[in-house]
Amino acid sequence: MTDATLSFDVAMEKFDPVLGFEVHVELNTATKMFSSAPNVFGDEPNTNVNEVDLGLPGVLPVVNRKAVESSIKIGLALNCKIAESCTFARKHYFYPDTPKNFQTSQYDDPIAYDGHLDVVLSDGSIFRVEIERAHMEEDAGKLTHMGGATGRIQGADFSLVDYNRAGVPLVEIVTKPIEGAGSRAPELAKAYVAAVREIVKNLGVSDAKMERGNVRCDANVSLRPYGQEKFGTRSETKNVNSLRAVENAVRFEIQRHAAVLDSGNTIVQETRHWHEDTKSTTSGRPKSDADDYRYFPEPDLLPILATPAWVESLRAELPEPPAARRKRLQADWGYTDLEFRDVVNAGVMDEIEETVAAGASAAVARKWWMGEIARRAKLADVDPVGLGVTPAVVVELDALIRSGAINDKLAREVLDGVLAGEGAPAEVVQTRGLAVVSDDGALQSAIDTALAAQPEVADKIRAGKIQAVGAIVGGVMKVTKGQADAGRVRELILKTLGVEA
Amino acid sequence: MTELIKHSAATLAAMLAAKDVSAVEVTQAHLDRIAAVDGDADRGVHAFLHVNTDEALAVAADVDGRRARGGADAEDLHEMAGVPIAVKDLIVTVGQPTTAGSRILQGWHSPYDATVVKKLRTARMPILGKTNLDEFAMGSSTEHSAYGPTRNPWDLDRIPGGSGGGSAAAVAAFEAPLALGTDTGGSIRQPGAVTGTVGVKPTYGGVSRYGAIAMASSLDQIGPVSRTVLDAALLHELIGGHDPHDSTSLTDPSTGLVAAARTGNVQGLRIGVVKELGGEGYQAGVLARFNESLDLLRDAGAEIVEVSCPNFVYALGAYYLIMPSEASSNLAKFDGVRFGLRTLPKDGPMTIERVMASTRAAGFGDEVKRRIILGTYALSAGYYDAYYGSAQKVRTLIQRDFDAAFTQADVLISPTSPTTAFRLGEKLDDPLAMYLNDVATIPANMAGVPGLSIPGGLADEDGLPVGIQLLAPAREDARLYRVGAVLEGLLEESWGGPILNMAPELVATQTMEAK
Amino acid sequence: MAAINRDDVAHLAQLAHIEMSADELDRMAGELAVIVDSVKSVSEVAGADVPATSHPIPLTNVLREDVVGHVLTAEEALAGAPDARGGRFRVPAILEED
Ligand SMILES: [Mg+2]
Ligand SMILES: [Zn+2]
Repeated sequence: MTDATLSFDVAMEKFDPVLGFEVHVELNTATKMFSSAPNVFGDEPNTNVNEVDLGLPGVLPVVNRKAVESSIKIGLALNCKIAESCTFARKHYFYPDTPKNFQTSQYDDPIAYDGHLDVVLSDGSIFRVEIERAHMEEDAGKLTHMGGATGRIQGADFSLVDYNRAGVPLVEIVTKPIEGAGSRAPELAKAYVAAVREIVKNLGVSDAKMERGNVRCDANVSLRPYGQEKFGTRSETKNVNSLRAVENAVRFEIQRHAAVLDSGNTIVQETRHWHEDTKSTTSGRPKSDADDYRYFPEPDLLPILATPAWVESLRAELPEPPAARRKRLQADWGYTDLEFRDVVNAGVMDEIEETVAAGASAAVARKWWMGEIARRAKLADVDPVGLGVTPAVVVELDALIRSGAINDKLAREVLDGVLAGEGAPAEVVQTRGLAVVSDDGALQSAIDTALAAQPEVADKIRAGKIQAVGAIVGGVMKVTKGQADAGRVRELILKTLGVEA
Repeated sequence: MTELIKHSAATLAAMLAAKDVSAVEVTQAHLDRIAAVDGDADRGVHAFLHVNTDEALAVAADVDGRRARGGADAEDLHEMAGVPIAVKDLIVTVGQPTTAGSRILQGWHSPYDATVVKKLRTARMPILGKTNLDEFAMGSSTEHSAYGPTRNPWDLDRIPGGSGGGSAAAVAAFEAPLALGTDTGGSIRQPGAVTGTVGVKPTYGGVSRYGAIAMASSLDQIGPVSRTVLDAALLHELIGGHDPHDSTSLTDPSTGLVAAARTGNVQGLRIGVVKELGGEGYQAGVLARFNESLDLLRDAGAEIVEVSCPNFVYALGAYYLIMPSEASSNLAKFDGVRFGLRTLPKDGPMTIERVMASTRAAGFGDEVKRRIILGTYALSAGYYDAYYGSAQKVRTLIQRDFDAAFTQADVLISPTSPTTAFRLGEKLDDPLAMYLNDVATIPANMAGVPGLSIPGGLADEDGLPVGIQLLAPAREDARLYRVGAVLEGLLEESWGGPILNMAPELVATQTMEAK
Repeated sequence: MAAINRDDVAHLAQLAHIEMSADELDRMAGELAVIVDSVKSVSEVAGADVPATSHPIPLTNVLREDVVGHVLTAEEALAGAPDARGGRFRVPAILEED
């Protein structure tokens, strides 16, 4: 069952959206938040756990200093105040991915609070998002639902639990209600999450890979009639895990809320789940009095005092802020304002930086990331970064083109192979037999055939209409299935006809 | 009964070091005693839930081997090496089951050792087995064990105290010279009082809690159970000290306790009688023995002063909010997912929610459920400030009372428990009456200060042991040993020997069966 | 402070994930009412000016260095599991099918 929606434009005419975000950032510490087991992604299930992560009887937590320092850095980068003293609390709810059936988190005294983040929108304007708080907590394990319908929680026969992720340090960044975004709300949503992602990546405190869940967004949306001060009832769309999905989810929720309100009904305060396949949300659990988390101060952990000396030493370690970095990169790369903004909006600035660092020119890097890769991402309906092309692949493709081994057209085919998992570009060229035909003998017979097939064109060329050569080149490319170097073909045609270029 | 099991741990350690006896002989003597008198859920003392015969003998043999080889192997041995010990079954041990006295952990084996158990292993003390307790340490009589009650060696129809009734009874019955206990509201001291043994709750953080299955994290503390003050000091020093696995662990070195026990002296010491811990509700025989102890201490040169701790009257109420609140949280992990019992619902849909609920229904006993529900209530939205929040404030008031009292006295003194051992079943259906047993021991847990209970004699009306409690400021555990050793010496002099000499001989359970 | 009744206990048992029979709810409600009554004085003694004590011995900044330590093998991790499959803990379905 899909919910009714109003068109976005109509929704915007009638209602004023208010947003709010809770972004969870997984820190890239060596160990867990409260145990010395490794914080590693992708290993065999239940191999990165010890008794603490499993919540076995008798265990106790001990706070990871690095995780605290990373959290303070995030707070500083978000222009927050750092709490002189903060504590941990227990948040109770029974769920099999939560080993103790409570999450150790921060409640009324987060480590960082009252900050802001300036987000650049696609028109170059800056939107300031106020940050309510950033607090430390621990991640849960991973559930896999088996049987029933396609791994979904509904109708599953049973579930399997891997606690490798349990206890991974998280920083949850919570915004204040964001008003005044208007029709730019979906764009702002995406830009805000992108900016947070950029900050934590730049700080080096998180791997910041959304596709791995290192950065996860819960998006709150509510609508109210224009001019009304009181907020409408909100929905909270959970775990939206790509930038495009954040944008789409906020857009969808605005349209859904608008349809509900417009028809005179009321919004239920509830969590929603985003579905990438249908580009829509479905109802999760309604908020009820079952959400009595029974917070109380974690008796096994002690207050953390962030002394001024400690905070200042961490501030001194902060890297160049993203805004300054963008300014520097644009100058280094020589992109126009518009070119650079497009790059930022496409979320490929880091990739271009890495591509340039690996040896490609800034122009070539932009050509690939904003051209072929962006085009394919759009077709596949994913973020360019999510397509799976690495800077190393781009550099290798560029090198193959420059050496004459392949041409642009073949490069696209090589990319097909790379994305199909056939290996690095050079391997794909090898196995697919995609090298440019540069053997003059083979080209010559193709040229002779093409000239013989179109004698009137050959005559025109001989008569000096050199631009007609394109028709013959096209014929040769057709015969060689595109695997010829077009420049060399042209040279050989003119030479065969005895015409000076 | 062989004389070997009657020796104190300190004496056994000296005999072992002098090679007067082997560790295997000592360990075997205790295992034999366990076999003779411990019985089972239906008869005997029933102090043990698991007897660790093979491993205990292997550790003992290893100690003997090292001593026989001499050289570094022998010199490196800890002074307590080869002295056997029992461990409360709330403390996790690799290679033996750990049940916490609960059905929900029946058959569970921990993959890791508690820090205190690691220390016992490093010292090469043979672990005789795991002792009985009220389920998850929730009780004052050991009747709330899912595996049947422990019986008081002084009278098998009576309770041995709780929750550490198994550890206290094992030591009182000469089944072990030493045991580990845990004390959240008196679970080491109160069983000590009613079994005529010594029990110490160290300063909070003085002994690592890592591996002690948590009841109330801000109150729990592991401590020694023994028959003499010196033995308690020896064990306390061994298990104490900083542990990086426990954030609340103190960095203070665990030293000076044995020396304090050996050089006991009360000359000029101010001993404060806590006005609020006595009088109404205390059995006449308990008060009589308590007053005799005051006289002995006064005669030995101590100055007896009266102190008032007016907020102690709220301690029990605050305790019965904090303890169940923290327990309800700590026990949430027992859900049938990662370890322990899983019980499926009898009918209806098989969802994990329902499996958790039926597992917890089947796995927990009544008292545990009562405390979980009470704690869930005290923490729930709308009640937190009135209950948990207020109770934590009362804690501050109790600490202030202690601070004030310790400006007037160097140590405080009171009866450990208002009564002697009551009969099995007597208070089982009256939770409030049961909770009152801890009225004198709870303030120490609330404030984190150390407390010691030693035998103070037998009550005239029933001939059962009475406990005397000493309390010291936080981190001043040594004072307890200094005063405790003196009082112990004076009392034993008046009795003509240790109190347990007055205990009735236990009849071997085999004989009972033969009857 | 309101007295605790049977419905309260039913709600609390649900929050605490403990299945309870009707008899048990009745009995528990009676016992808890007595206990709650006996502890209610606590909320009256301490005024707003009294700070709460969360930890009996105050310590701060007890932190661990970010160095990998003890890890269990998957076998050890799963050794006590009531049910497991393919290196993971197995649990019944989380939601009822609607
Ligand atoms: Mg949240
Ligand atoms: Zn969170």
